Amino acid sequence: MSNDHSAHSESGHGGAGAYAIGFVLAVILTAASFMIVMGHSLSPSGTLMAISVLAAIQVVVHLIFFLHMNTTAEAKWNNNVFFFTLMFVAIFIIGTMFIMTNTAEHMMSR
Amino acid sequence: MLGRLSFADIPVDVPILVGTFLGVAIIGITVLGLITYYGKWGYLWKEWFTSVDHKRLAIMYVVVGLLALARGFADAIMMRTQLALAYAGNPGYLPPHHYDQIFSAHGTIMIFFMAMVIMTALFNLIVPLQIGARDVAFPFLNNLSFWMTTVAFALINLSLFVGEFSQCGWLAYPPLSETQFSPGVGVDYYIWAVQLSGVGTLLTGVNFFVTIVKMRAPGMTWMKLPVFCWTALCACVLIMVAFPVLTVAVALLGLDRYFGMHFFTNDGGGNQMLYLDLIWAWGHPEVYILIIPAFGVFSEVVPTFSEKPLFGYATMVYATCAIMVLSFLVWVHHFFTMGAGADVNAFFGIMTMVISIPTGVKLFNWMFTMYKGRVEFHATMYWAIGFMITFSIGGMTGVMMAIPAADFVLHNSLFLIAHFHNVIIGGVYFGYVCGMNFWAPKALGFKFNEAWGKRAFWCWFVGFYVAFMPLYVLGFDGMTRRMNHYDNPAWYPWMLVAEVGAVLIFFGIACQLIQIYVSIRDRNLAENVDVTGDPWNARSLEWSTSSPPPPYNFAIIPHIHELDAFMHDKENGIDTRHAGGPYEPIHMPKNTAAGFFIGAFSFVLGFAAIWYIWWLAAIALVGVFATVIARSANHDVDYYIPAEEVARIENEHSRKLMAQAAE
Repeated sequence: MSNDHSAHSESGHGGAGAYAIGFVLAVILTAASFMIVMGHSLSPSGTLMAISVLAAIQVVVHLIFFLHMNTTAEAKWNNNVFFFTLMFVAIFIIGTMFIMTNTAEHMMSR
Repeated sequence: MLGRLSFADIPVDVPILVGTFLGVAIIGITVLGLITYYGKWGYLWKEWFTSVDHKRLAIMYVVVGLLALARGFADAIMMRTQLALAYAGNPGYLPPHHYDQIFSAHGTIMIFFMAMVIMTALFNLIVPLQIGARDVAFPFLNNLSFWMTTVAFALINLSLFVGEFSQCGWLAYPPLSETQFSPGVGVDYYIWAVQLSGVGTLLTGVNFFVTIVKMRAPGMTWMKLPVFCWTALCACVLIMVAFPVLTVAVALLGLDRYFGMHFFTNDGGGNQMLYLDLIWAWGHPEVYILIIPAFGVFSEVVPTFSEKPLFGYATMVYATCAIMVLSFLVWVHHFFTMGAGADVNAFFGIMTMVISIPTGVKLFNWMFTMYKGRVEFHATMYWAIGFMITFSIGGMTGVMMAIPAADFVLHNSLFLIAHFHNVIIGGVYFGYVCGMNFWAPKALGFKFNEAWGKRAFWCWFVGFYVAFMPLYVLGFDGMTRRMNHYDNPAWYPWMLVAEVGAVLIFFGIACQLIQIYVSIRDRNLAENVDVTGDPWNARSLEWSTSSPPPPYNFAIIPHIHELDAFMHDKENGIDTRHAGGPYEPIHMPKNTAAGFFIGAFSFVLGFAAIWYIWWLAAIALVGVFATVIARSANHDVDYYIPAEEVARIENEHSRKLMAQAAE
């Protein structure tokens, strides 16, 4: 654990400004979701679609402003790990939907 | 006050358990008494229990793993004995209530607390040494992982004497594991043991992943990384991706049981089939988490004892990575018969068969490594060659079961039991024993006794075939797993043969224990002491340090020029150690008791939650958080080993090396 050989190299923490921007965006996105649901302004399927989109944007906001994902060279491993995780999550979710819908058809289960 | 715990839950009416309890109590009191008599408590606490040194944690992991092996094997031989007796009207000596707990405990303990624990021991011992690092990335988490795993193992063993264990098999399928059908504490013991050990395993995965990615010695590019580290890396990726799925699946089952939810119940809108999907999405990667590091062990052992570089290093790396990804695409083959259609089953059946291709690549690599090599038939090579034969057979029966149509005949039969013991004993267990024999001198400073090692191998090897080949036959004859008694005369002789095999394996384990005893007894004999730190003329960096290595592993971090770095240095006359310095003070982590206390509070939390003792659970939870916060606020976590001290240790080792060379 000498200094030139440490696991704790810091990579691009954005400082208070980035956290503030992230916080404001997160609050706006959360409030927008609540407004859409509580105001009944859209049809049920439209509401579902709208809050899904807002949730997806929320995830991206968290990744960039709170988890410091960026395109710098130091963050290469963060990004690799993230996309690897996405791949496995996709395999898992798509696989589960494939299996469970197919099983439900054959077994007449829910 | 004590929730649902009462004196009626202590099974004093079961003679087997009372006998076991007396045995454990006598051994326990003897061990504790001896430690007290010799005044070793302070030493154990300061040097071992609170240690963050990966080499010491490795040895403690091995001790826990061997205890788990003893417990798991006791369960196994009890099951075999039951089935050798319980024929044609004889109920045997284990009533179903007890028998079902035994097979559930056998599977749970062997996977979570024997195989996983010994695998973690090998990671701890070898990974930092092989990459030229001074410790793991997060030394405190490493100690915490050990204690989480250990308390979980203690909890599962407590279920022997307080209450009962799960009767739902090692994966606790609902609806049987739901409160409606399993109202007792058995499944709760299972849930808490799995969850607590899961925390330890996940932290281990993160820890070693970061260690390998971030802390390799300068010059060690990815394609110069030893194969064992590659396999450890892939296993860590699988741990990080798969274990959260297990945690969620078991947590949802826990919500069903504790809060009356309906994730997996039949009524109330649940779907128990989703549990199978979730648990196997973890369960299949899990078996690869176990086997991939075993592949790594063989990739170190076979070249060393063939005196040749590994054949096809690059293909070995790519095969390992391919297996890592493919292992995520096959999980349905554990439940082909659940009712999915041909689309689903065909896809996952083909993916399963595809996995045998990279695995075959590995087998050929090992064989070509031996081809035209100077193969030394050392005890570790026995395990390696025994593995190649046994694992090939197990792999081929696996491909048979990967055919969905064939699986409808073989599913849940003893053929399946024979198949997975074929790969887990013949692959995982042989691999880990091989690794323990290979790296024992590095960990302990003396070689293991070879004669007893070979005896252990022959008992295990022959015992395995005698115990499990009859199970293939019985599977074809229609005998299902988890059966308590039977009346088919055609099965009876095979069950007797299998019992003989179990006894042979018992002798194998006995030989291993004798081997450890004899090795420790003779540790100071000249032919056993490992003075040079390189007893096998081996190839990778861990052998360049003394045995056992100093606390800081490498006084001067080596520079890596080639794959098989240490062999390259030896052949080119480079001194990997840079003996003589100049040395600098070395920055090291301090020992900490926080891991022990978090583990102890977690144990109390688990126990209290199992028995609904909510006030105690609340106190324990506060204890966990308080310890974590106290540890986080403590900045006095490191120290420097002065350069003079480093020089003293290194010069001492150089002196021994020169004395050895002069002889």
